[in-house]
Amino acid sequence: MLDIATAYNKYKFLGNDYLTWIWFLIETDYNISSLLNSKEIVTLEVGNSIVLENKLGDKSKEKITIKGDQAGLEEGTTALKKGAWVTQINLICKINEDEFKFTIKGESLNITGLKPPKTKLSKKEDEIEGLVLEKSFFCFQIFEVIDTLFLKYLEQRISDDWNSKGLQDIKNWIGSF
Amino acid sequence: MGLISSTHSISRYHIDGKIEGSIIEIVKTGLMKYSIPKLESEYDEISAGWTPVESPYTPDFEKFSFQFGTYFLFSLRIDKKSIPVKLIQKYMVLEIEKKKEKLGRDFISKNEKLEIKEMVIDILMHKIPAIPNIYDILWNYEENNIYLYTTQKAANEFFETLFLKSFKLKPIRLFPYTIIETKSKFLNPQKDRVLTLAPLKYSRKSYA
Repeated sequence: MLDIATAYNKYKFLGNDYLTWIWFLIETDYNISSLLNSKEIVTLEVGNSIVLENKLGDKSKEKITIKGDQAGLEEGTTALKKGAWVTQINLICKINEDEFKFTIKGESLNITGLKPPKTKLSKKEDEIEGLVLEKSFFCFQIFEVIDTLFLKYLEQRISDDWNSKGLQDIKNWIGSF
Repeated sequence: MGLISSTHSISRYHIDGKIEGSIIEIVKTGLMKYSIPKLESEYDEISAGWTPVESPYTPDFEKFSFQFGTYFLFSLRIDKKSIPVKLIQKYMVLEIEKKKEKLGRDFISKNEKLEIKEMVIDILMHKIPAIPNIYDILWNYEENNIYLYTTQKAANEFFETLFLKSFKLKPIRLFPYTIIETKSKFLNPQKDRVLTLAPLKYSRKSYA
């Protein structure tokens, strides 16, 4: 394995490219459940924010933040056309009836502000173990979706028809705005 | 923002290796050995250690559980003393006036000022209580995964150091590269292809 700090910086683009792909999947109504080979019904929606970055001519970077529950994403798609990439996105993931809201960062795939489904269990002494197990399960569930999709994305990126199909589909999507 | 709160921020780790021997006993011993001291040291600027989730201010692993189903759950508590700048400024002014009076001068040198500053910080550091921050750790031992309920860099670093000391296991932070290395089923040629990929460009030029 590479040195951790070097590997983090060298391959953080894979996380950012992955988030752009997720946005593409959402906007083109891709069937996430079949992509995951999941028996559960898994859907994704863009939540209330997207952050993109673009390299300017010199060493500086441009950061484009779109926030708000009803925010239009046109500025984001325009930024993609100009060569930007997604660095952070707020997502709503539904697994059957359960809803998860969270923000995911491309470079680390860490999640912040995760709101898992509500639970009926309380912090009372006789319910604490059940509460911990239920909350743990939610945590495992959402990371399972994130990791599985990430690895599916990489499978596509290294497939022989990526340039003619996968990448072209994303370019067509971006070009459609 | 711990596991049982309504909102979470989470960073993840893969654990390299397994415990040899009685897992629960070894985990308990590590937690107890490196638990946060019950009594706050008045000299330490920062102290960190494990504590039970159900009892963050009385780190008693005999009384409170760290095992929930097949998972381990405990907290990392980091106590940090932080002196507000304005407080340092206030005591600096007071001490400088005292010193001038004592020396019978209406000025003091740069070095004397520095000495006073060090003394003021030292005195305040002893007096001021440490502020505790608590971060939950969910350890899915069977799957070699750890979920640390924070994304703060300083807390991640404390966790990594303390975990290695406590259990002699190295936590590897999960991010795109390490997810590929630890979670993918890619064969070596596929992995090599992934690792030679370059960032995608979707810019207008590419449509031509």
